[in-house]
Amino acid sequence: MKSKIALAFENCKKQKRPALITYTVAGDNTRKNSLKILNKISKHADILECGFPHNTPIADGGQIQGSSHRALKNGTKLKDVFQIVKKFKKINPSKPLILMGYFNLIYQNGENKFLNNCKKSGVDGLIIVDLPYPENKNFAKKCKKRDITFIQLLSPTTSKDRMKKIIKDSHEMIYYISMLSTTGGRLKVSPKKILENYNRIKRINPKKNLVIGFGITDKTISSLKSANGLVVGSMLCKIITNSLKMGQNPVTKLDKVVYNLKKKIL
Amino acid sequence: MSLKIKKGIPLIDQHDKNFMYGGKFGGNFIPETLKKPIDDLTKLFNKLRKNKKFIKERDFYFKTYVGAPTPFIKLDNLTDHLGGAQIYAKVVSEANGGAHKIYNATVHCLIARKAGKKFIVGDTGAGYAGKMLSMAAKKFGLKCKIFMGAKDIKRQRPNVESMRKNGAEIVPVTTGSQTLVDAVSECMRYWVANCDTTHMCVGSTVGPNIFVKICAWSTAQISRELMSQVKEEFGKIPKKMKLLNCVGGGSSAMGFWNEFMDTDAEFIGIEAGGPKNSKLHAAPLTNGSKIGILHGSAQYVIQDNEGQIGRTESISAGLDYPGISSLHCFLKDTKRASYTSASDEEALKAYQLVSKLENISPSLEPSHAFAEAIKLAPRLKSSEVIIVNSCGDSLKDKDIIKQKLGSYVR
Repeated sequence: MKSKIALAFENCKKQKRPALITYTVAGDNTRKNSLKILNKISKHADILECGFPHNTPIADGGQIQGSSHRALKNGTKLKDVFQIVKKFKKINPSKPLILMGYFNLIYQNGENKFLNNCKKSGVDGLIIVDLPYPENKNFAKKCKKRDITFIQLLSPTTSKDRMKKIIKDSHEMIYYISMLSTTGGRLKVSPKKILENYNRIKRINPKKNLVIGFGITDKTISSLKSANGLVVGSMLCKIITNSLKMGQNPVTKLDKVVYNLKKKIL
Repeated sequence: MSLKIKKGIPLIDQHDKNFMYGGKFGGNFIPETLKKPIDDLTKLFNKLRKNKKFIKERDFYFKTYVGAPTPFIKLDNLTDHLGGAQIYAKVVSEANGGAHKIYNATVHCLIARKAGKKFIVGDTGAGYAGKMLSMAAKKFGLKCKIFMGAKDIKRQRPNVESMRKNGAEIVPVTTGSQTLVDAVSECMRYWVANCDTTHMCVGSTVGPNIFVKICAWSTAQISRELMSQVKEEFGKIPKKMKLLNCVGGGSSAMGFWNEFMDTDAEFIGIEAGGPKNSKLHAAPLTNGSKIGILHGSAQYVIQDNEGQIGRTESISAGLDYPGISSLHCFLKDTKRASYTSASDEEALKAYQLVSKLENISPSLEPSHAFAEAIKLAPRLKSSEVIIVNSCGDSLKDKDIIKQKLGSYVR
């Protein structure tokens, strides 16, 4: 049986557009609101990434750090993250949801326990920022066993040989980091250059769904729409920060923003 | 299965193919972007440490620039005052810049030059790592950026001023607890975004494995000197000899112990116990913290049940770190070294006593080790020897000492 992630990509390919993938942090700005946000934006987004917050992230820029900080400050724990996913999945059973975060939380929870919780709550995929290949081989296998997609990351520094190995061991979705940056950096490489790299990776195995992330906003998204999928994260976290500052409702604000992002790639 | 240290092999090389010590400490838990730069650095360092010309170059700068060897002295007054073991100090604070951090900084700058990098970045807590890196960067013609917690910038003013004088840019880190842990995170983030042009120097034996290795390999100079100084003083290595060293990230202790690994010398690491009666401390080994991942490396680390890294508190900025070198975790589990802690108050008292009685004035970091020496010495026989690594000078702590004790005496 095809995974929900694979089906989402198939559906987008039929519509000749990239999948819109959003990233928000579970518990930002409250547990309730983060669930509401997921429910709202899932009408426009094809795949949802949901961050489980960590207080010592080594690859996140200021925006996502801010979101994680808010979530942790209001007491969001791993069990709350799974609750949010479970509740979301009850209303949106076919919408793929990916959890993203740092390995220490999984390590403390116990790999098997964590994965079983993922399975029970309906998580479709996992991105672990600081568990690179080949150290992640064993964990990726455990995911596969439970029909959870483990998403490997590639970056501009990844050598071609290494790419081939990673792609060979990857599941149906791969994440390409557009540039040397933490999340939320300004796009410092031209979209043309990013797509060149993207196509080079794509040629290694055209069947894999390859998405691009880092530095993607409403300003840059349309120039990259030939990709299989595009991830917008920091921009959304920033919208939450700004709407809180201005006393606006982050849920309705984000709904609008994601709707507009979608329009730009149709 | 009990863990064992292998004899005759440098401790830094006793890891498996995943760069883990004892199968559970260390490793490289890093974002994909850093895989390549870390691989490149690993290959370059492996080549350089086997290269006789490079070793010669290192030794040349250690001698002419760092000032090797640093003195090894007997603390007669302290020994008499306490009655018991003979107390000695390896006065590493006499090294250029005033602390052991100069070894790692010098080696990193030499490596950066070999790698063709023009920029170097580093983290700092007490400000020593930053001060030394800025000094060495200036000497070797590299542009330098130092990440430092905003709280530490306030409490380690003299070192901040030195960094500025050396022409380094200081980036205040205002996230989290605004101390060393956040400075390391921010520095690593910066490297993620700039690894194509910039060399990173991690200020202690922490972080991804290669940084643990480079740092321990650099500070090992301390024990190379000490080995011959001990033999000269005693004719051989004394039967009952204890090497006491404070441990934050663990770089000075690794350097102080390295050459004595296969001898009978006893190693005691002293962590920062924090303020008396406070629950906050920076002593993961003493207090039985669980293994977790921090800054790319598996180690005993202060954290909650979920895996969020815990807050620490210590009067000594240089020891104020929730984790500890994977090498020290390995030494603890193999029982090669033992670890204990000293409170802020004990460290202050030790600083006072040593400064009053002797010609040296240890900073608050080694004062933690002196506190343990003061506790231990009276209980030992006069045939026994305690050597303390006095790896920093109190001058940088004068503001804190004045505030806590009313006056500063050096």
